[in-house]
Order: sequence, then structure tokens, then C-alpha cells
Amino acid sequence: MFDFLIQGFGVALSPLNLGLAFLGALLGTLFGALPGIGPINGIAILMPLAYTLGLPAESALILLAGIYTGSEYGGRMSSILLNVPGDAGAVMTTLDGHPLAKKGLAGPALGLSAVSSFVGATIAILGLTLFAPLLAEVAVMFGPAEFFALMVFAFASMSVMMGKDPTKTAIGAVLGVLIGTVGIDSGTGVLRYTFGMPELYDGIDFVVMIIGLFAISEILLMLEHANRKDSDGDIPPLGRVFISLKEVLYCKGAMLRSGLIGFIIGVLPGTGASVAGAVSYTTEKRLSDKEGTFGTGDMRGLAAPEAANNAAAAGSFVPMLTLGIPGSGTTAVLLGALMLYNITPGPMMFSERPEVAGGLIASLYIGNLVLLALNLPLAGVFARVLTIPRWVLVPGIAILAFVGVYQLHSDLTAIYLMLIIGVFGYLLRKLGFSLAPVILGYVLGGLMEQNLRRALSISGGDVEILWRSGISLGLWIAAAALLVLPWLLPKLLSKLQPSGKPLEQVEDD
Amino acid sequence: MKINKAFRHCSGLALLGSLLLAGGAQAQSDSTECIAPAKPGGGYDLTCRLAANGLQETGLIDKPMAVSYMPGGIGAVAYNHVNGVRTDDPNLIVAASTGAAVNLALGKFGQYDATEVRWLGALGVDYGAIVVNADAPWQNLDELMADLRDNPGEIAFGAGGTIGSQDWMKAALTAKAADISPKSLRYVAFEGGGEALAALLGDHIQVFTGDLSELKSQLESGKIRVLAALSEERMNGPYAEIPTAAEQGYDVQWPIWRGYYMGPEVDDEAYYTWVQRFTALSEDPKFAELREARGLFPMSRFGPDFDSYVQEQVGEFKALADEVGLSQ
Repeated sequence: MFDFLIQGFGVALSPLNLGLAFLGALLGTLFGALPGIGPINGIAILMPLAYTLGLPAESALILLAGIYTGSEYGGRMSSILLNVPGDAGAVMTTLDGHPLAKKGLAGPALGLSAVSSFVGATIAILGLTLFAPLLAEVAVMFGPAEFFALMVFAFASMSVMMGKDPTKTAIGAVLGVLIGTVGIDSGTGVLRYTFGMPELYDGIDFVVMIIGLFAISEILLMLEHANRKDSDGDIPPLGRVFISLKEVLYCKGAMLRSGLIGFIIGVLPGTGASVAGAVSYTTEKRLSDKEGTFGTGDMRGLAAPEAANNAAAAGSFVPMLTLGIPGSGTTAVLLGALMLYNITPGPMMFSERPEVAGGLIASLYIGNLVLLALNLPLAGVFARVLTIPRWVLVPGIAILAFVGVYQLHSDLTAIYLMLIIGVFGYLLRKLGFSLAPVILGYVLGGLMEQNLRRALSISGGDVEILWRSGISLGLWIAAAALLVLPWLLPKLLSKLQPSGKPLEQVEDD
Repeated sequence: MKINKAFRHCSGLALLGSLLLAGGAQAQSDSTECIAPAKPGGGYDLTCRLAANGLQETGLIDKPMAVSYMPGGIGAVAYNHVNGVRTDDPNLIVAASTGAAVNLALGKFGQYDATEVRWLGALGVDYGAIVVNADAPWQNLDELMADLRDNPGEIAFGAGGTIGSQDWMKAALTAKAADISPKSLRYVAFEGGGEALAALLGDHIQVFTGDLSELKSQLESGKIRVLAALSEERMNGPYAEIPTAAEQGYDVQWPIWRGYYMGPEVDDEAYYTWVQRFTALSEDPKFAELREARGLFPMSRFGPDFDSYVQEQVGEFKALADEVGLSQ
């Protein structure tokens, strides 16, 4: 049964392919670390190169898969160090990662994210090896109605992030949803809020959004603090550099649970690392955040989204390899690369081209080991970014942000848009809003609307379709439970136990 | 003030960076460039790479062709850019397809219409296909059409584009051929053909109007049934078993060409140099391999011939859009 994997390891362990896996991991880390350049660009840039160099199909795929997984590792660096997510999957990483860096724990935070990325990816690759065909069957059971219910569930799970100021969280999420409505309506092709500008037809690009919202507003905050002489804007002390085994073990539950969540979400076509990060973070906060330390630099709050986004990246290979359907934008590009080699992924690939399917999966195992080995010692080096004086760092981030956005669009409108969103983000932060709900509203709102519209076009407007299947019904119930139980349970329990033990002691760890 | 200054400082640096990234393309006037009016990795990217790799490998250009990306408005941003900024660049070509012609017909490209640019030629073509799940009750197009006439509300069509897109046109034309108003068609818009295909496999939609080339792996696995190819005649290879719609008595054809245009003020000398390059390229056997690797069928229309082909197509699409009330 696992002949293809044995053959695959034979392929992946050849000197050339091992070298390519290493190169891919290194380049991927770099692409992921640079804001604006994500795995899609990295692969699209290198795909023609690999083809022109005449690399065999499995070698090219190993290189490209290395870039993909590597960029999921790299995306966290600017999230943790600068509070600027390097790619879509790393948005949630900022929530606890950056506070850790501010506490002087940048090195351990980077190390921990490398370990959690490794754990998450390993869970997903094991899942991919063992259950790929089975999971593919389940994935196609998710139709528009089920995706809509999933998005409702995701929004409901966000309620845990309400925290100190529920009104501001809700307003932030709604602002995000509003921004997400700009562009051509995906159902009818009607233009919404585009003001006759073709540049807005495709909506506000994700990269423009996160770079504006996070990077530009961060630069503005830094500029504001640069004038002051107080300690507030000072460089944090660069404490110890390496993560301790105790800290890793402290987060093991978060990693395992989030790896599983990330994998499942990654397998579903159309949802990716950003959704996986959000759901795993909120789940973990709900389960483990007894002292309210999430958001202030809790290691588990960093481990959860990191494990999840890497698991989702590996999970999106399932529909691609088994059904020939890309599970994410990046696997869509990989699919294109395979087509160039006249290989059509699908159920037949495992029997017809086992060296390609097996080689790819084997290289994912090897690539992750390489990435762990690469990233643990490098954590100390990268953490030193924080010791760069502000007058170098601020223009540096600005250059990366401008170049990143410009190379995506070859168009100045995107730059202006990024600046406007940046000022908007700066104002939001000054008013005490958290940016994560805005970005989640933007991502989830779009998906939720599209799938609601699709479901209703299928049923001809009959809303019953939304809870007809068992999957969607289950998700609705789970969503309702998320909203009601935290409020209801303590009341019920206090009635049962007059002494009024709070909820925390009843839930198991 | 301080912020202003910083911004000016930043934009200077950004300009420098972008110049570096855009590379030699603009700096050296004799090297060629292809704009893919989309993000990297999509169909337009492949169209540009087809020209770039083909011309390079057959020695028709000396220096590698630069491929740059200008996403926005499903091609509108690039169209406006070429009509407003780089109007006479003799070394610049822009990728286009049937989808662009549809959007021009619907007036979605803003103030400029299809007669503005110089249409250069098409190097390959894909064809639409009517696809159902392998477990579906319909064995041929006739059976599907009969059911559709009786219960248009029971059969959901889906594809990777919005209402009014080229993907929707395939469904609308098929319905029209069976005397069903495209308005009463149940159509579900997905983000890309892959998602629509997944919905078909999961039985959430009943008919997928996709493209032949994206169906290759599913054909082998036997999970889908292609009821009709929307081509003029039967295709070869793995598609040989698929009947055309015309064979089954329905006059529906949907070629999805992949071609290029140039700026409106490009002079005849440059235009015909490109026409000759492409004509020579299309006749090279090496190029046939490249084209097939991208799942494209042969198509060779260049120069004024291609220009009139596009104008005619845009006219047809306009008529269809008026009929179903889509025009703006």
C-alpha cells in the first residue's frame, strides 16, 4: 500500500533532490519573511525557471513544495518581530507573537513557532499519507451551504476575542466585512463601491489590506514614538535566545489540537491558512486561556496559529493530489506546474506516476525536518532584527511594503490604497481597536457571502438548504453552542452547586 | 510635516525598488515584454509564458521576454494602461482571451472599446465542455436538455465565473440552444473552475460548464461524464470519445482563444514584425509541444484576420447580452 512512499523516499533522498529541498526551504523562508511576497509569487517566479532548467518533474515539484512549506515558516518572522504579518496565514501569529517579542522573548518566540510549525506540518503530512483518498471524499461533501455554516461557526468562535471591549471587536469585524464587499459581485457581476475605477474591480487585495493595515500603521506608530524621549518606544531587551524544552511541552496540547484543526480546514477546497489560523487561535483561547493571558504574549497563543497554518498548507495538498482540485491559491499554481510536465494530478497519479506523488510527499517530510533544523538556530540571528535602530528599521519596512505591493500590481493605485488603509489602521489603533477582527471580517465575510449566495442560487432562494445536510446542521449547533454556552453554563452550574464554582473548574484541561 | 516628509522619502525609495524589480524591460528598449493582466499563476500568466518560452526556444527573439503582471478589473486595468499610457510601445504585447472579448462586449473595460487596440493574434485555443457527475442520469446532451425544458429549476449549472462572464456564456448559450431562456437558468458562480468541479463531484450542482483541458485527470478517473465538447469538431487524444454539441443537434460552440494585443498607436512596421514572428512560431514543431503541454489546441489567426475575428465575436456577445438584459 505504501510502495509509493518507499519509492518516494528513494527519489527525494537523491543528492540533487535533497539539495533542491534545502534550496526551496531556504528561498521559501525568505519569500515568506518579506511582506507582500508570499508562496504564490515565489512559486510563480521559480516555476518557469525550474522548467527552463530542464529539471525532471519530481525535482521541480520538490523545489516548489519546499518553497510553499518554507514560506509558511518565514511568514511568522515579521509577525513576531515587527507586528507585520508576512502572509495571510500569519495574521493571528501577531496577536501573541509580537507581545512576546516586546517582552524580550523574540528568540524563544521564533524558536517556538518553528517547533509548532513542524508539529502542525507533521500532523498534516501524516494525515495526507494515511487518509488522503478518504478525506477527499469528505471534502467534496462540503458544498456552498456547508461552507456557509462553517463561516457562521468561524464568526461565532470569534466571539471569544471580544475580550475587554466587545463593541469595538464587533465594529472592527463589520468594518472588515464592509471592506470585503468592494469589487465585482461574485454572483451577478455587478460592480460594488468601485466608483468607476477599474483598479477596484477585483476588490481590495489581501496583500494591500494586510500591509496597509499592519505595516503602514506600525510605521506611523513608530514615527509618532520616535519624537518622544520616554522609554515607551525603546528597543526591548534581547533576553535569552533559545526556547526551552519546558516551554515546548507547555504548548504541546495547543500544537496538537491546532495541527488537527488546521489540517481539516486545509483539506477543504476554498478555505486556507488564514481561516485555519483564526479558528485554531480562538479555539485554543477558549480551551486554555484561564488567566486571560492570551493576547499579552502567551506562548500557547503563538503555538496554536503557527501549528494550524502549516497544517493547512500541507492539508491543501489532499484535494490537489487526489482529486486534481487545488485547495488553495498556491496549490492552484502547483497544479499548473504539474500540467507543464504533462502530469495531471488525480486518483491515477499514485498508480501512474508514483515517483512524483511519493516524491512530493516524502519531500514534505524531509523539507520540514530541514526547516526545523534551519529555523531553530537561526532564531537567535533573526531576533537581532529588533536591535536595529529605528531610523534604519522604519525606512526598511517602508521599502519592503512599497516594493511588495508595487511588484504585485505594477500600478500606483495599489500604493495609494495601501497608504489610505494604513492611515485608517493607524486611526483604529489610536482609538483602541484590535486589527485582527478587521482582517478576519474581511476574509470570512467575503467567503460567507459568496457561499450564502451560491447556496441560495442552487435552491432557488429556499433558505432550508442551509441546514439540510448533517454537516451543516452540526456546524449550526456548534456555532449556537459557542455563543450560548459560555453565558448559560455558569448560571446552570451555580444553580446546581450553590457554592458557585466557576466554569473553569468543570471543564477539563 | 514629519510624516509628509517620511512619505516623500518612502515613495522615492519605492520608485527605486520598483525600477529594480521591473528589471531591464523598460530600461533596454530592444527587449520585449508581455503583460499578463492578472496575478501570477493564472491563465494569462500561462498565455504570456507560452509566447515567451516559444519565441525564446525557437530563436525568434534574442533576449528573454519579460513577463510582468498587472492585475485588476479582469484585464481592464491593463487595457486602460495600454490605451492611455504605453500606447505606442513597439515591444509590448498584452495577453488576452475570449474572456476579455466578453468583458469588452459588456462595456466592463471602461471608456475604451474593442476597436481601440491592435489585435495581434492567437496562439492556441481551448473549448468549453458540458460536464455532469458520472452518477448523473443523463447519458447524452439530449436527455439533459429534455429534463432542463421540463424542470429548469431542478438543475443547477455552475462554473468558475460570474453571471455575464465567459463561463456563464457557455451555460447561457447551451440553454438558448434548447429554447430555454438564460434568465430562468439556475446558475451558481464559483471562484475558479476547481471549486465548481468540486461542487459537481459533491453533487451540489448538476452541470458544470468548464473547459476541456482542465478535465483531463477527471476523465481518467471516471468520476465525471462529459456530455458535449463545444468545439467545431471532435478533438484528439483523451477527448476522442466526447461528441460535440453540434453532432447531437445543438448549435453551440465555445472556443476560448488565448491571444495578444498591442497598443493603439503602434506603427505598422512593429505590428507586422510581431505578426510574422507569431506566424513563424505557430508553424514550428517545437512550439506545438509547448502548446500541448499547456493543454491548448491549435489555433492560428494573426494580424487583420484575427482583428476582424475579435470584432465579430464582440458583436455577437453584445447581441447575446442585450437579449438577456446584461448590457450596461
